[in-house]
Amino acid sequence: MDLLEHQGKAYFARFAVPVSTGGVATTVDAAVAAADEAGYPAVVKAQVHVGGRGKAGGVRVVPDRASARAAAEAILGMSIKDHVVRAVLVEPATDIAEEYYASFTLDRAARLHLGMLSARGGVDIESVAVDEPDAVARLHVDPVDGLTDEACREWVARAALPEAATEGVVTLLGALYRCFVEGDADLVEVNPLVRTTDGRVLALDAKVTLDDNAVFRHPEWSEYHGTQELDEREALAREKGLQYIGLDGSVGIIANGAGLAMSTLDVVNQAGGQAANFLDIGGGASAAVMANALEVINTDEKVRAIFVNVFGGITRGEEVANGIVEALGRVDIAAPLVVRLDGTNAAEGRAILARHESDRLHSRATMLDAARTAVELAEASPAGRGGEG
Amino acid sequence: MAIFVDEHTRVVVQGLTGSQGRFYGLRNRDYGTRVVAGTNPRKAGTDVEGIPVFATVGEAAAATGATVSCVFIPAPGVHRAVLEAAEGGMELVVVITEGVPAHDEAHLFNTLRRDHPGTRLLGPNCPGIITPNRCNIGITAGEIALGGGPVGIVSRSGTLTYQALYELKQAGIGVTTCVGIGGDPVPGTSFIDCLAAFEADPETAAVMLIGEIGGSAEEEAAAYIEASMSKPVVAYVAGLTAPPGRRMGHAGAIVSGSKGTARAKIDALRAAGARVADNPTEAGFLMAAVVAGL
Repeated sequence: MDLLEHQGKAYFARFAVPVSTGGVATTVDAAVAAADEAGYPAVVKAQVHVGGRGKAGGVRVVPDRASARAAAEAILGMSIKDHVVRAVLVEPATDIAEEYYASFTLDRAARLHLGMLSARGGVDIESVAVDEPDAVARLHVDPVDGLTDEACREWVARAALPEAATEGVVTLLGALYRCFVEGDADLVEVNPLVRTTDGRVLALDAKVTLDDNAVFRHPEWSEYHGTQELDEREALAREKGLQYIGLDGSVGIIANGAGLAMSTLDVVNQAGGQAANFLDIGGGASAAVMANALEVINTDEKVRAIFVNVFGGITRGEEVANGIVEALGRVDIAAPLVVRLDGTNAAEGRAILARHESDRLHSRATMLDAARTAVELAEASPAGRGGEG
Repeated sequence: MAIFVDEHTRVVVQGLTGSQGRFYGLRNRDYGTRVVAGTNPRKAGTDVEGIPVFATVGEAAAATGATVSCVFIPAPGVHRAVLEAAEGGMELVVVITEGVPAHDEAHLFNTLRRDHPGTRLLGPNCPGIITPNRCNIGITAGEIALGGGPVGIVSRSGTLTYQALYELKQAGIGVTTCVGIGGDPVPGTSFIDCLAAFEADPETAAVMLIGEIGGSAEEEAAAYIEASMSKPVVAYVAGLTAPPGRRMGHAGAIVSGSKGTARAKIDALRAAGARVADNPTEAGFLMAAVVAGL
């Protein structure tokens, strides 16, 4: 779960990471009031779950109330990489002496925590890392030991940060590491991390990705749920406990298991089609789960055919087939269904599907055959559901 | 031979008295696995259909000679359960549980590496391990696997593991051992651990590797294959057309560079000499051709 900047800063502050502070506003009037409160010059920043807002015009320094109003009017409601801006953060403009970069994440290859620190913050840090790898100082931290003060000081020295910033940065990194670990974050990133002209070191931005698996020990995360950006279908799927991601194609996908779902997208593509979604119904494949999945996909008007790809393991083939037939009785499906059923008792399952075979339900023995059929059906029904109106 | 587990392996199920532990523990026993004990501190002294329940893994091991544990404990308890298994002397701990926090996994892995080097962790969030006809630990449906070798399977994905077993069975090709390492950020056992074990196993003559997008485990496996594998490898990587993840920060990109995409993984595996299939069915065909040429 990604946090917005203002949420990330509040999260940082909980672990004593120094941050710039301001007011959050969702209306122009509230933004102007927040700017008055901050004092001028102030900075008005779009709150979106995506990077690159500065280049998109989503961050403006405003010298007075009139320009604060103009900035809020321009930014609220603007779209940055398809993300509509619903809130702005208004802070006093900071007198920046220098900009740095700092982050903690997990290095999956080393299976250790990885800190990255650079004196070259504020700019495109990914290019810096490619063009001048030495400009990003890396530090592997063993999770059992944690970040020691000694290791942190050596790291800051290696990053060649100026003397004047050292104490402040060491303190901030210690707090940021605690936020990363105790806060159960997959990522904490500060860009820019600044030293102000009056010598303070603080986080001017905050990127925080929380580990959804740790929600059981963070009841306080419930406050973020309202600001997660899900489209209606994704929200519906989440309510029903399904993993759904919307895509642009015309073949709806239902598969059990994330790997099989990904593989299904691949074979649809190899058959010349495009998937309309990724949908993983998990290990089992009961009638109730199947009906839920069909309901979610049924709300997508782009879908011209639905490819159900199920591998029966402990859930036997006949149970899966009965589940599909029952789900079809419960949900009025607009698009034809192509089912590929394999695994334990596949023959029994296919026999059941064969008895219900129609122009709405097609059974195929292999993934590739099923993908081809689904793509053909999708292409053959240009009127489909979307063309009814 | 097979790798990691065989017909002599004695298994203790942590969480045997829960619904998942009971269901799969009994299924594993029905398959022929020596499921000799379960644990639950509140139900020590009872039994589950004849399988004795002990308070701790250590007590279970002392009483039954178990050397492998299988964990069906809910995610919040996994960290403690695995340490209990390691302290109880387990050689292998198979964690089926999904949803374990990444920080717990990283801490666990490094604690084992330091304090319990004799304990191998498999998972979390994995389907388990099966040496067909001899030992099945976890949630794989044993009936989809054909035993006898000569192929070893290692996979990051649950359902694609089953698919791979099934494709080989359709082709009449047996499996020595099939290891599901799970797709979590910090798996206890890596592709490389399994490739090395298969390379050393005289019964295994070829290896099927099933990967997926994310991380760099397939690239690392490719480097290992090139440097250290004499046995042929057939690979499939899922996610060539998967939607890009929504990522906010830059740290991930700085760490992995171009790694992590299916294309990068496929290219790395091909360059290392592996035969790479476009889909699971083709992987079965490629393996059939490899086995025919052995």
